[in-house]
Amino acid sequence: MTSLFVNPFHFSTISENPADMLGDFYSNNFEKKRVDPDSMILNLGPQHPSTHGVLRVLAELHGEYVLRAEPVLGYVHRMHDYMGQVKTAAQFLPNTGRVDYLHPVAWNWAYVGAMERLAGLEVPERAEYLRVICCEFNRIASHVMWWGAFVLDLGGVTPILYAFEEREKINDLLQIVTGSRLTLNSMRFGGMGGDVDDRFLRLAREFIPWMRERLKMYDQLVTGNVIFRRRLSGVGPMDEDLCRRYGATGPVLRGAGVAYDTRRAEPYSVYSHFDFDIPVAETNDCLGRYLVRLREIEESLKILEQALAQLPGGPIKHPKAPKATWKAPAGEAYFAVEGARGKIGVQVVSEGGKSPYRVKLRSPGFSNLSLFAEAAEGTLLADALAILGSLDLVIPEIDR
Amino acid sequence: MDINLWSVIKLLVALGAIIALLIANSVVMVWLERKVAGFVQRRPGPYAVGPQGMLQTIADTVKLLSKQIVIPGSSDRFLFLLGPVLCMFPMFIMFLAIPYGPWLTGLEINLGLLLILAFSGLESLAVLVGGWGSNNKYSLIGAARTVSQSVAYEIPLLLAILALAFMTGTLNLTVITEAQTGWFWHWNIFRQPLAFLIFIITCFGETNRAPFDLPEGESELTGGYHTEYSGMGFALFFMAEYTSMMLVSFLAAVLFLGGSSGPIGNGVWWTFLKMGAFMTFMMWVRWTFPRVRFDQLLNINWKWLMPLGLLNLWLTAMAIKVF
Repeated sequence: MTSLFVNPFHFSTISENPADMLGDFYSNNFEKKRVDPDSMILNLGPQHPSTHGVLRVLAELHGEYVLRAEPVLGYVHRMHDYMGQVKTAAQFLPNTGRVDYLHPVAWNWAYVGAMERLAGLEVPERAEYLRVICCEFNRIASHVMWWGAFVLDLGGVTPILYAFEEREKINDLLQIVTGSRLTLNSMRFGGMGGDVDDRFLRLAREFIPWMRERLKMYDQLVTGNVIFRRRLSGVGPMDEDLCRRYGATGPVLRGAGVAYDTRRAEPYSVYSHFDFDIPVAETNDCLGRYLVRLREIEESLKILEQALAQLPGGPIKHPKAPKATWKAPAGEAYFAVEGARGKIGVQVVSEGGKSPYRVKLRSPGFSNLSLFAEAAEGTLLADALAILGSLDLVIPEIDR
Repeated sequence: MDINLWSVIKLLVALGAIIALLIANSVVMVWLERKVAGFVQRRPGPYAVGPQGMLQTIADTVKLLSKQIVIPGSSDRFLFLLGPVLCMFPMFIMFLAIPYGPWLTGLEINLGLLLILAFSGLESLAVLVGGWGSNNKYSLIGAARTVSQSVAYEIPLLLAILALAFMTGTLNLTVITEAQTGWFWHWNIFRQPLAFLIFIITCFGETNRAPFDLPEGESELTGGYHTEYSGMGFALFFMAEYTSMMLVSFLAAVLFLGGSSGPIGNGVWWTFLKMGAFMTFMMWVRWTFPRVRFDQLLNINWKWLMPLGLLNLWLTAMAIKVF
């Protein structure tokens, strides 16, 4: 088989190797519930260009129609929840940035916020503003990346390379504050680890009008395209009820017409100081979710504009902020922030030891993915992948 | 045409020249495609190997030649190996019938157009053979898509070209080209704009190029029909794509854009220039648009192109009858 000089006249129909006939636990289970004897079971992933990482989707196809689909998880499970329980709080903090590599600041914030709430730590106002600025910049970067990857899912290769230009600018900015470009980690219990300088402020103020121009270009390039709109409108409708049943949050929920945003519903930090809207889609299909995300970039720019204008002086870290050997007091706390993909929640239980007794990370992507099986039923294969793309999945966040 | 030694020698020389042309085309056009993609995506494209990265394709060819050909254990070996060969084989014959210039044709026959249309159907057969023989589910879906796509797109293509045949009263490509000699308002693109529109759209469908690259559809089917192919198997499919692109570009130049006639100095160079321009246009489209869905693709064909093609044919027939 491995030789180049094969005999082309050797006819073989199907392998006699019994290992080819056997699937793993998931495919066997999936096979048992076959709804159509003539269907074909297609195993999309874990290596597949449209599953954005190592998600695996089992799909039962009749022709090009998906009769049934089932996501299979666990290919990048890294036990982040458990690591939070065996490491000290300060040691676990960098891990939170690795949970979701596209919006690490929100995860940092959720964990830091939970520990601060548990210990009753105060955060200086300047630090709160810096957190908002970093988080919103990171949210824009995440949405922009999603925009490119989503159009890539639909077969348009060019936009993702445009999206990387914006992301690069934001990475340059965040590098000034956090020192890193991917798994950012600048938050500390009781404040921030890095401050902004004049260069950051100048570049950030230049970025906002530039990004608004780019959004106009996005609309001209992609949103108005007739092929693009026809691929998305009416595809994958998700109503309020479906989102409630699966616990979907973020742009998926807002795409279903529910104006729910953690920044408004459970106000934290200084978000109450800013004037911004919660974008809601008119149609609950893929196009609606797409437009919601683009409008969220605009709202983030609005928040950034106000935050940069109002940025107060003062320390960035509370003078009594805990040291590395800090032991969190006994108790229990929950803190939720609005991530790019939805509501990020961290529940911490401490018994007063070096490391928390229990850390529970609530990732929005997990709930958003759960509704895929129901939403993809009866759609075309290409539509199912458009729906998968419109959920904005980051697989490491789902598996944790 | 009587068969004698002279005509056989001429045919062999023409075939040899065509093989050289196809290889040169793939080398140049793959480089150009990457440069166009780089231009559209605001990046330099290949630039390291040779001046402006011009030798990149040759380096890639060497890489593909030296790669191992992996044949999946459960595939049908014969069909798996036949697919890529069958994909390239009919191309040579189709290029024989194209009039590159008034005196430069591989094979002077009256049914040149028919020959090209007949052999262009073989390419989808090759894709079907290769995709089905791979025994891979993605390849199978890609192969099935190819068949329905080419069935759908050959009919409007035929209707568009038939209108030209009505006008000139022949299927001889040389005569069709000669009828367009003169300034550009003599070209068929201005006499038959609707036919040209249909022709452009069907070109993308025939060559499996974006936005109609559904048999490949890499975001859905990973690689479509050529998922299992490596090394030269893949390279031949890749070459066939560029060759069929060149074929439809030549057809566009010869049928609609006046062939070898130009503003100054009529000659072969105009045919090649028009072919290059049309191919660049196809590349530009590929890097700009997202892919259509399969049912939309068939809808465009059966609900729009077919009736439009028939309407155009009827209008042409009426015009010929009246004037």
